[in-house]
Amino acid sequence: MIVRILGEGQFRVDDDVAAKLTVLDTDLDSAVASENEEEFRAALGAAERLVRESGTRVPDEEFVTADYILPFSDATVAEVRKLLADGVIPGDSIGLP
Amino acid sequence: MSVMKRVSLIFRAKANKALDRMEDPRETLDYSYQQQVEMLTRVRRGVADVATSRKRVELQMNSLQKEVTRRENQARDALGKGREDLARAALQNKAGLQGQLNDLQGQYAQLQDQEEKLTLASQRLQAKVDAFRTKKETIKATYTAAEAQTRINEAFTGISEEMGDIGLAIQRAEDKTAQMQARAGAIDELLASGALEDHVGGQQDQIQAELDAIGAGSDIDSELAQMKGELSANAPRQIEANANGESGATEATGTQAAERPQAGDGS
Repeated sequence: MIVRILGEGQFRVDDDVAAKLTVLDTDLDSAVASENEEEFRAALGAAERLVRESGTRVPDEEFVTADYILPFSDATVAEVRKLLADGVIPGDSIGLP
Repeated sequence: MSVMKRVSLIFRAKANKALDRMEDPRETLDYSYQQQVEMLTRVRRGVADVATSRKRVELQMNSLQKEVTRRENQARDALGKGREDLARAALQNKAGLQGQLNDLQGQYAQLQDQEEKLTLASQRLQAKVDAFRTKKETIKATYTAAEAQTRINEAFTGISEEMGDIGLAIQRAEDKTAQMQARAGAIDELLASGALEDHVGGQQDQIQAELDAIGAGSDIDSELAQMKGELSANAPRQIEANANGESGATEATGTQAAERPQAGDGS
């Protein structure tokens, strides 16, 4: 599975790691829903450490899309809520004729 | 649905929307490449902007540090002159300034962090754009338009995610820099107008004015004492032998002159 950490690039992780990530994702989800900054930081930190330590970087020559995208390591709940609500990424016009 | 999945879907939706609008995929490769090069310029400018902002905060930290040291010296000076009230006011002032300084130090660290991350992001994008250029030429040279479609889609969605990532990173850095500049502008104005003292609730000018007054007062006192000494030294000289009187006058003047720099110290 491919995981991107925003600001850090893509990593390839195996099924075991993917399973652990799915569990952490539940924590992330509830932290974002309840706007609990502390829980959010803990879950995000754990998920990103796991990806960095157990994953391998996707080489530059490889163009793949991520199955999971983790927020910036210093992101706040408010920032993630905004991204999820707006669904807008800056530079939307890029690549469009 | 999960956070990580939802974010990835947002990125994919963006790429798909772009793909849907493409008419001639092969031409789009060139166009996309141009956009990537422009993005590289933007991210590099972003790095430069953050660096400028960081340097500005650094200068302000130096100015504030000087002010903090000045207040500390004032407090010491005031205590030396037996004015605990003034020393207290100077230290209160110092505490306010120190608070501002600590705040700036935190922001400085944040800017440094942003700069570092954005620099890495720009290096990552550069590598990815180089790889895209190679891939683009290979696709154009090797495949027919129909065959190329799948490969173009892959390359396009892959680079689109990268561009979205960088786009967000630039936006965050810009937001941080804008916040910082607003604050930096306010602090610059305060430092320039000398109003920082009022702003932090102190009375720097009054403290200094009072210390100066004490300094001037003791200068006058010591000058008076010196004159008195000269006069009393001269009086016996008129009666006694000249040599004795002169040595007495020199002694008296010497002692009082030595007190002067102490009394006026720091004023």
